[in-house]
Amino acid sequence: MTTIAPPAQRESAAHDVRGAHLDAVDVSAWFGTKKVLERVSLSMDPGVVTALIGPSGCGKSTFLRILNRMHESVPGAQLAGEVRLDGTDIYGPGSRLIDTRKQVGMVFQKPNPFPTMSIADNVAAGLRLTGTKVDRRARAEIVERCLSRAGLWSEVKDRLGDAGGALSGGQQQRLCIARALAVEPSVLLMDEPCSALDPSSTRRIEETIAELRYDVTIIIVTHNMQQAARVSQQCAFFLAEQGQPGGIVESGETDRIFGDPRDRRTADYVNGRFG
Amino acid sequence: MTVLAERPPAIEAITGVAPGGPDGDRPRPLRRRDLDDNLSLAGAALGSLAFTWLLYYQFLPLSGVVGFVLAWYAAFLAFYAAVTWQSHPWTVVKDRLMGTVVTAGAVVVGGGLVWTIVTTFWNGFDAFTHPNFFTTSMAGVRTNAAFTQGGILHALVGSGIEIGIAVAIALPLGLGTAVYMSEVGGRFAVVVRTVVEAMTALPDLVAGLFIYTTLVVGLRLGRTGLAAALAIAITMLPIIARSAEVVLRVVPGGLREAGSALGASQWQTVWRVVLPTARPGLATALILGIARGIGETAPVLIVSGLSTFTNADPVHNPMASLPLFAYFAVRSPEKAYITRGYAAASVLLAVVLVLFVVVRLLARQRKATSR
Repeated sequence: MTTIAPPAQRESAAHDVRGAHLDAVDVSAWFGTKKVLERVSLSMDPGVVTALIGPSGCGKSTFLRILNRMHESVPGAQLAGEVRLDGTDIYGPGSRLIDTRKQVGMVFQKPNPFPTMSIADNVAAGLRLTGTKVDRRARAEIVERCLSRAGLWSEVKDRLGDAGGALSGGQQQRLCIARALAVEPSVLLMDEPCSALDPSSTRRIEETIAELRYDVTIIIVTHNMQQAARVSQQCAFFLAEQGQPGGIVESGETDRIFGDPRDRRTADYVNGRFG
Repeated sequence: MTVLAERPPAIEAITGVAPGGPDGDRPRPLRRRDLDDNLSLAGAALGSLAFTWLLYYQFLPLSGVVGFVLAWYAAFLAFYAAVTWQSHPWTVVKDRLMGTVVTAGAVVVGGGLVWTIVTTFWNGFDAFTHPNFFTTSMAGVRTNAAFTQGGILHALVGSGIEIGIAVAIALPLGLGTAVYMSEVGGRFAVVVRTVVEAMTALPDLVAGLFIYTTLVVGLRLGRTGLAAALAIAITMLPIIARSAEVVLRVVPGGLREAGSALGASQWQTVWRVVLPTARPGLATALILGIARGIGETAPVLIVSGLSTFTNADPVHNPMASLPLFAYFAVRSPEKAYITRGYAAASVLLAVVLVLFVVVRLLARQRKATSR
């Protein structure tokens, strides 16, 4: 099902690659009695940005939320299959929900900085919320490092005490990325992170994704096919036929999915003939 | 500002002057009230007054101020509509009539409120202008004594202690209930919500009777300030719980998701994200609870009763409170004592205002600062 692109591997071999290997095996999902995902398997490697594309309602966001156990917070949500994080099933009996979520961070569609916290407090919120004790100097270092990695440090370094909500939409989203990075996840999930942003903010986020690629395994859901082509090395096309649960039609190296799709539906979608 | 584009150049050419500023543009008046409109309002008011006077005192055998005012208002509406109709389209007539009706409603409600407050302060003025009114109790002071003797210190102290204890009990319980209803949820939360809503409608007297039968008589605690505080807490609890729940519900779900996606437990997310975000609204819930509790008279009457001396010990002997003192005082046959009752009510109003301001200041969104 899944093919890891040899060029991407070669490229990443030149870098010091961190991040975890995430492996979804036969994942199905239900909301109540309605099945929304049918036996999805996908392997996501460190050093590779995976884009999940497809029309609305095809289950790609549900799949993403299964990867850090946010799916089960919806009442009536169920799932089958396994999600292996570096070989360990995150739904297994020995896995703790909050440990999984610390390992697998998430950035949402709408920027959601905590409105009562300052910029610095927002970045360090994950530490505080998970009860991680750090001294003042270590905290300042973490704040600076994460804001730098999210590409926001130079813009906010003089006003770290300002409210996080006072930033622009694009800056808020990068603040959310910095916040997610502060708990040092090995995987970062992004659920249409740019759909509420203007083109120049989108470009900054995409640059950030490119810079983070070797530090953390990134999986991004996007409706924007140009964006998928720009930021990802691996791509999975989701589709749900009328009344049927969604699934992966085709996955593989991004260049191939866009340049030489094997399935006619993929070709139609990436060429903008539907969706 | 409305800018008329493509103004024909002919106007300037004909008149020789630009109609507005140097560039020829000027804003269109969108909500203008000219002299004619103001005069028609005044004219309708005067005309309807004269008409009603004729009707009331010359043609019909009617009398009475309330009827006169109502008839005048009805005539005024008719006159105003007729006058406006002369020079304006029907939409404007409807607009003005509705505006007049709404304004009149606001004046009646606002006037009633102002009247209540002003009469309270006016009737109590002679008593609370003496400083001893705030520094002494009524212990050993006769009800017809001069205002230079005695005061309401005992009631102030009692109200303060009782509301303090009641808030200390009702605030955590109410917030906990609200968090349970909005954050935990589930089937049992529906039951809790129903009970809370039923408690909101509970006559406060029943809260007093409950404390009276269980604690005062049942556990033989006697009539004390603590019993009064507990009864007040029961009346405050559902109000705090219900309004706090409403406030928690409007905290965006995205913030809870963000918290849990960072690996925070639900408790941590509620404590560090949801509650701080809802803080100003929670202060409003507390204010509503205090407003209900501090004015409670009936339950306090049953479980504590009035004392004339200052009692700062909540577990022994009756404790006075401001509404209770006012209640007893205004029923007195002594004119001076009635004045003291009004003065106590004025102080109660002022205390409520001060409490509101204090709660608002405490709950103000702290300017986010890095620690």
